[in-house]
Formats: sequence, C-alpha cells, structure tokens
Amino acid sequence: MADAVAIAYRQWRLERRMFWRNPTAAFFSFVLPLLFLFLFGAIFSGDQKTLDIIVPGILGMSMMSTTFNALAMNITFLREEGVLKRIHGTPMPPSSYLAGVAANAVSNAAVQVVIVVIAGKVFFGLGWPKDWLELAVFAVAGVATLAALGVAFSHVIPNFDAAPAYTNIVFLPVIFISGVFYDVDKAPPFLRDVARILPLTHVIDGLSAAMVTGAGLTDHMGDLAVIVVWGLLGAFFAVRGFSWESRRG
Amino acid sequence: MSASAPAILVRDLHKSYGEFEAVRGIDFDVATGEVFGLLGPNGAGKTTTVEILEGYRSRTGGIVSVLGHDPGQRSRALRERVGIVLQSTGMYRHVTPREAVAHFARIYPRSRDVEEVISIVGLQEKADTYVRKLSGGQQRRLDLALALIGDPELIFLDEPTTGFDPAARRNAWEVIRSLQELGKTILLTTHYLDEAQALCDRVAIVKDGRIVAEGAPGELGEASTRYRVTWRSTDGESHAREVEDPTALLHQLTSAALARGEPLQDLSVTRPSLEDIYLELTAETPEEERARG
Repeated sequence: MADAVAIAYRQWRLERRMFWRNPTAAFFSFVLPLLFLFLFGAIFSGDQKTLDIIVPGILGMSMMSTTFNALAMNITFLREEGVLKRIHGTPMPPSSYLAGVAANAVSNAAVQVVIVVIAGKVFFGLGWPKDWLELAVFAVAGVATLAALGVAFSHVIPNFDAAPAYTNIVFLPVIFISGVFYDVDKAPPFLRDVARILPLTHVIDGLSAAMVTGAGLTDHMGDLAVIVVWGLLGAFFAVRGFSWESRRG
Repeated sequence: MSASAPAILVRDLHKSYGEFEAVRGIDFDVATGEVFGLLGPNGAGKTTTVEILEGYRSRTGGIVSVLGHDPGQRSRALRERVGIVLQSTGMYRHVTPREAVAHFARIYPRSRDVEEVISIVGLQEKADTYVRKLSGGQQRRLDLALALIGDPELIFLDEPTTGFDPAARRNAWEVIRSLQELGKTILLTTHYLDEAQALCDRVAIVKDGRIVAEGAPGELGEASTRYRVTWRSTDGESHAREVEDPTALLHQLTSAALARGEPLQDLSVTRPSLEDIYLELTAETPEEERARG
C-alpha cells in the first residue's frame, strides 16, 4: 500500500514536470481562464450582478477544461501512442497510475482556483470568498468528479484524431447549459431541467455560494449530492472500462 | 520451482478472434538462460503468441506458464521479473531518456543502476534529449533500456531490430548476447533469418498459427533429407540440382569432367540453409495466394 502511494506520487511528479514542459497545455490551463475573465470583465464592466455570476462560472468552466477535457484528450493520446500499453507491461499498479494522472489535473485546478479568486478580488469587485471551507469542498468534489468523467469519457473516443471533436461536443454545450455565462434560473424551463441534471451546474452553484452569496454548505448539500453521484458513476466507468491499448492495432 | 523447469512452457495454445483462429495449437518450451526465436511471416501468429505470454491477451485454450506463473492472472510478482520490448510503443514526448529510465526504475523492487542501463544501450550522449527529438533507432534503444531497468530474468523482444541500420543492428545483437551471458532468458520474434541465426539457441518457425519446424538454427537444415548440388559447366552456365543422395550425381559429374580432362568449376554440395527451409516452409500454396487475392 505504502509502495503504491509512493509510486503514485512519483507518477504525479513526472506528470507535473511534463505539464510545464508543454507550453500549449500550460497556456490553456492558466491563460485561457484569465483571458475569458478579462473579456467578460470588459463587456460587463460595472455590472456587478452579472460579474457575480460570470466569475464563478468561468472558474467552473476552467476546472472542467483542465480535468475533463485534458484527461479525455491525454488518455486517448497516450493509449494511441502505446504509452499506456508499455506501462501496463510493468509492475506499475493501475490505481497508482490513475491516481498520479488525476492528481496532476487536480493540481492544475488548484492553481486555477487561486488565479480566479485573486482576479475576482482584485479586478471584479467580488471580494474574498465568503466561505473558504465551502470553496474547498466544491473545488475538490468538482475537480475529482470531472477528472473521473474525463477518464471515463476517453473510452468512448475512438482515436486521437477524433478526440477534440468528441471532447468539444460535450464541453461546449455543457458550459452553456450549466450557466457559465448566465444565471441558469433565468433560462427556458427545458434548458433549466437539463442543467439540473448536469454536474457542472451544481459545481458552479457551490462555487458561487462560497465566493459570492455566502450561503453555507448546509444550504448546498443537494448540489454536493448530485456531484458525488456523478463522481461515483465516473469513477466506476473510468476504472471498469479502462483500456490500455488502442483498438486500432 | 526447480532449476530444470522451463522459463516458458506452452502447450496446445489456441487463440481465436471471432471466427478467425490466429493461433491453432502451439507447443514449445524455453529453458532458463536460452535465447529462443519465433520466426515467421507477418500474420503468422508470432505476436499474438508473445502477447499472450506477456499477459496482454487472453488465450482461448491451452496451458501457458511463464516463470511458473499464469500470465493471464497479470500478477505483479511476475511483471517484476519480466522485461518487455514491444513492436511499437510510444513514450512520453517531454521527458529525457534519463528521466524515463529513472522513473521506471522506481516501479521495480530490484532495479539496476540508471546510468549503467543507459550506457548498456548506448544512449549516454542522448540521455538528456527529449524523447520527441530522438531518432527511431534511439527510441528503440530507450525501449530496451526501459525493459532492462527492472533487471528482469526473462526478456521479450518483439522484432527488436526492425528499422535499424546495419551498424545499429550489430550493436543491438551485442547487447542481446551480453544479456544471454548474464544468464537471462530471451524470447524474441523476428523475420530476419540472419538475426535468428546469429542470436538464437533454438528457433521455431510459425505459419498460420502453427509451429511447422523447431530446432537449433543450424540443425533445422541438417534435419532436411535433401542436398543441393551446384556447379558450372564449361560454357559458363550454372547448374543446381536437389537430390536426396548426392553420391550418384557427384560420381557422374566428376567422372564426366575427368573424361573431358576439364576441371569441374564451382562445385558445391550444401544442406539447405535456414533461409531455404524457412522459405520452403512458409511459402504460400497457389490456393492460399488466390484466397489472399
């Protein structure tokens, strides 16, 4: 057990090192949310009510991008390249490998939380988060769930050429429906019903409560429950369907 | 496990993909410390057989034992004692060989020294270059380094020198021979006959999912009952004839030459080479060629 944890830690360290060596990935993770924040900040400058919705929304979107999108794409790439097959031939415990890879995505999300919280305070009039514990709980639950769903989704993607299309066909509708850019409660009823099912809506609800409204954790147990259910489903399919080899070969 | 138990034991191995039978009853043993080669054309079932032994594929039937384990169980204890070089596997692009080898070293309980393994495969000068900037041959050397870092007892090499230039092949052969001297057991697949001849203690020729011949590379030819006699007549024309017993033919040739008072040029009597045997055994019958279109 201790050994498996040590190997997971080593895998995480290697993933971090590789992440920083790939400037495109680093750009997408950290510059893109800032770019979105400043664009929307410029558009809705002075409209605090809208900014209060958009800043947590963009944090939720960024978290999904660095976990769900990045893992779905990376796992597909590594599977096609044969890196996963090579790892599968070593004594590396699969759980250590997946933990190391997921921890890498979680690290990126943690940096994003810091970036968005600071930008919210300094540039967008949000002040410091009202409930740090709630922020931490929803950030961790959201990131873990979206990471598991990303790994699970990689099983659906047939090959790397198709990966961007598959990922975006999920990501783009989800960020719009889940209320990254507007208040879900003001959406048409059918969209609101879809949004109620999606995990990102509840992640953003929780982040918004922690950062803006100050409604405590006890008021958002329902949100947390939906996220946890998605997380368990994601983890189940991530592990169960995990394929170490390309189906093309 | 006793010392005399084979490192690999395969009995009546079968593997089907749907209707297609890729492996149709293969038997062989590989003794500890032996270099065993699976030879055969593409699609003969070599890689399927090896991947079953490596634990990547399940088998449809038969018995398989690798270092006393059933590879289908995928036990970690077995994978700690085995090194695998696959035909085509990628590696992380943004790491250096030194980092990659050091990372893999931590996965194994008794790993070798990182610098030592890098120098065994001859990657010292590229040890700090990103993998994506390595040539194909250098990446293959890294594959070998990653297979050796855990100090395995048994090494699988699936077409280890495909795509190498002649000098790189010789170097790879030296590395494989040095592994043999260390007492490692090696199972390799190849479609280069000179490679099998140079490295293997024993080879098995695989065709259509079956072993059609097995033995030491030199003995496979000897087992044949035919001799090949070649000579050149006075008009400079080359002749070749295959006979079961060359005595009569030789007598005829030499007495004719003596009678003419001319030397018999370029006379040779040979057993079929491994290559002849291989080509004969793996040749497609006209029906097969037609079926393949």
